Amino acid sequence: MLTIDRATYDAIIAHAKRDHPDEACGVVAGPEGSDRPERLIEMVNAAGSPTFYEFDSTELLELYKEMWDRDEEPVVIYHSHTATEAYPSRTDIGLASEPGAHYVLVSTRDHGNNDGPVEFRSYRIVDGEVTEEEVTVVDELRN
Amino acid sequence: MAIEVRIPTILRTYTGGEKAVTADGASLSALIDDLDANHPGIKERLIEGADLRRFVNVYVNDEDVRFIGGLEAELSDGDQVVVLPAVAGGAR
Repeated sequence: MLTIDRATYDAIIAHAKRDHPDEACGVVAGPEGSDRPERLIEMVNAAGSPTFYEFDSTELLELYKEMWDRDEEPVVIYHSHTATEAYPSRTDIGLASEPGAHYVLVSTRDHGNNDGPVEFRSYRIVDGEVTEEEVTVVDELRN
Repeated sequence: MAIEVRIPTILRTYTGGEKAVTADGASLSALIDDLDANHPGIKERLIEGADLRRFVNVYVNDEDVRFIGGLEAELSDGDQVVVLPAVAGGAR
């Protein structure tokens, strides 16, 4: 199960809507081993594409170095699909490389840049196997 | 010569869980061969044919090796090498 606070949940959706029709992507970091998504980092989609995303390689290194310095790990890795459902594609599955992370997918296909509900779903992707999990949105993460 | 190589989570099955290992080599290609001698199978995950895999990033002292010669990038004692899988995907 993914437990995420409302502000972070809303910020991921806002990012996805803002970048529509291109895919948006980013990370929510948290203390190693805590499973707490605490610190949202919006990343630039270096592919700038409606069907593909990729973190810029230099920014990727900066991100990881910062997380290592802070004893953090990527708790959530998110991206949007802009014309299809919020389910991992074959590409998503093939390239998933953080077995400990929650892979969040948001679909902006219904409302694009406008207000309106979006699909927000979470998965574990380990060794090519996808397992959907429940998403619980809380006002604040409990200490 | 000792070069520290930072190993990403997904490849730590090859290093017995170690986050970083040391290896030797005057070029990235030689370093990867040396890594593979001690951690068999890891080379396959980094290289495809004669090149680095498209979705594997390797940095030498914070420089993406694609900009400094790729597998021919020169290494010297004390260099720091980081391996990071790309974070990528998409609807297709």
